[in-house]
Amino acid sequence: MGELRLMKGNEAVAEAAIRAGCDGYFGYPITPQSEVMEYLMAEKPHDRTGMVVLQAESETASINMLYGAAGTGKMVMTSSSSPGISLMQEGISYMAGAELPAVIVNVVRGGPGLGTIQPSQADYFQAVKGGGHGDYKMIVLAPASVQEMCDHTKLGFDLAFKYRTPVMILSDGAIGQMMEKVVLFDPIPRRTDEDLIKQNPWAATGKPKDREHIIITSLDLDPAGQERVNLKLQAKYRKMEENEVLYETLNCEDAEYVFVAFGLSARICQKSMDLARAKGIKIGLFRPITLFPFPVKPMNELGKKVKGMLVVEMNAGQMIEDVKLSVGCSIKIEHFGRFGGIIPTPDEVVKALETQIIGG
Amino acid sequence: MEEPFVKTEIRKDENIVYKRTNLLVDRPLSYCPGCGHGVVHRMLMETLQEMDIQDKTIGVSPVGCSVLAYDFMNIDMLGAAHGRAPALATAIKRLWPHKFVFTYQGDGDLAAIGTAETIHACNRGENFTIIFINNGIYGMTGGQMAPTTLPGMRSSTSPYGRDVQTMGHPLKITELIANLPGVYYVTRQAVHTPNHVRKTKKAIRKALEQQKENKGIAFIEVVSNCNSGWKMTPVQSNKWMEENMFPFYPLGDIKVDGKLVEKKETVVKE
Ligand SMILES: Cc1ncc(C[n+]2csc(CCOP(=O)(O)OP(=O)(O)O)c2C)c(N)n1
Ligand code: SF4
Ligand SMILES: [Mg+2]
Repeated sequence: MGELRLMKGNEAVAEAAIRAGCDGYFGYPITPQSEVMEYLMAEKPHDRTGMVVLQAESETASINMLYGAAGTGKMVMTSSSSPGISLMQEGISYMAGAELPAVIVNVVRGGPGLGTIQPSQADYFQAVKGGGHGDYKMIVLAPASVQEMCDHTKLGFDLAFKYRTPVMILSDGAIGQMMEKVVLFDPIPRRTDEDLIKQNPWAATGKPKDREHIIITSLDLDPAGQERVNLKLQAKYRKMEENEVLYETLNCEDAEYVFVAFGLSARICQKSMDLARAKGIKIGLFRPITLFPFPVKPMNELGKKVKGMLVVEMNAGQMIEDVKLSVGCSIKIEHFGRFGGIIPTPDEVVKALETQIIGG
Repeated sequence: MEEPFVKTEIRKDENIVYKRTNLLVDRPLSYCPGCGHGVVHRMLMETLQEMDIQDKTIGVSPVGCSVLAYDFMNIDMLGAAHGRAPALATAIKRLWPHKFVFTYQGDGDLAAIGTAETIHACNRGENFTIIFINNGIYGMTGGQMAPTTLPGMRSSTSPYGRDVQTMGHPLKITELIANLPGVYYVTRQAVHTPNHVRKTKKAIRKALEQQKENKGIAFIEVVSNCNSGWKMTPVQSNKWMEENMFPFYPLGDIKVDGKLVEKKETVVKE
């Protein structure tokens, strides 16, 4: 078993990156995620593994540093919070278009605008539906614990390279800041440059005499060529939908109703579920772990068995659209949310269940 | 009766005094005839060949007329988003410290949208080379005003001439950059005559050689023409460049071996 530690979610991301064999981190301070770079700088990862950590001049610079490094096959990561992630959207779109692997962590805070530094889930649409310009998706992982902040970082790198795609970890200010025990996986050595070149023949690593030069770009001025790029991306997204869906169910076997929630909201719904079950309500919990690809089929199956669903989110109703698209209109599906950095209490979630779904 | 024309092959080894480097891909350049971009491409690729570092070089192209530089340069390259080439190059050089890394950027790319990335990469003293093509205009998008457009100069978005009161002054970013401690070598060159071409090539060689020493940024500005954007013939544009661009952007070394070169004040025509 790996090493057991008490850590903040943000620190777990940083430690997991070092242990996963990450080559470089580029970031810019913003609350509530600054601990990621602070932890990395304090850890001197260059001494530990040779990992490079650089404080960039802006999130625009960090994402483009990521683009440059990823284009040479290096394993790289950035983290930020909502306003910074907005600044990165052009770069993320370029990375999706050029098919570059990287992990981008969004420790979401309340918006819009400068908003608040308190936790929120209001960046669901931005993360799941593309965010930047053009038809693209990225894999989106939604950790609900410090343990998952660690595990998803490693999983994120694996998926990023498997599909040559940016992967987003969509966390929030509470998961990033709270301390929990976490079991750290054993360190994986960083790849040597020789291994990197062998494993990533697409990467721009310097042209030897015996191969064609490599061009990393998202540009194809010929519409037919650009359509081919798009078709290739779409085919890749269908593969992700087939192979990479992750979700968790709790007490769904006998459930008449379910909460659907991701990340921190799912943690709150666990408590609400206990409270409601104590009142005799047969309620379960469905927690999507990959927000893209969304667990469409299991949601649809569950929709055939229960009477109603309450989608609990810390936003004005975003994931509920995907839930409705998955389940259809046969049962009652309602949204309950608090916004702007307010975390719903377990009691108000139960009340919403009783008034909006059971009584409603 | 006329003698039939007999074509004799004269391209024999002993006759060849100059040959296109095979580091330039054998395809027609996308640049307008008369444009300086292609000459700089050739100087850069010839230098890489002479140093025998094709396999050790990673280049970054900008958004601008030279966006397709990677189609012409037979080396591994990445196409950056508009203005962000120095950010890409920073990360590449940090993670591949033994490679030769360069960015190739226009004036809109480097001195407007990418000013922050340019200044900060230079100020951090990253060990890569910046080739900066200053043609005083946005060539690619059809001749709009650039940060470097001269006072009074016409462009499609300053059709009555750049009015510095409302449109701001041209930015001498090269002089600005020369003052940063992370910058080791700064020079301003041109490519409109054989003599200037030779000097530019020498500067490129010097910059790349210095990457081995990890002394900081080498920054080469090439003041160039944009005959299409300036709405002139190539010959007119070169004359106009000599008469108007060079007084404002005087050629020569600005910083050598980490030290600013003493310069006599040049008179600027406004
Ligand atoms: C974010 C963004 N904004 C605007 C553009 C449009 N654009 C493309 S090239 C260019 C100007 C390029 O001018 P310059 O850097 O001087 O290069 P030149 O074509 O003159 O060599 C602009 C504004 C873009 N591609 N991306
Ligand atoms: S538009 Fe100007 S910069 Fe672009 S290729 Fe033509 S002459 Fe050169
Ligand atoms: Mg220009």
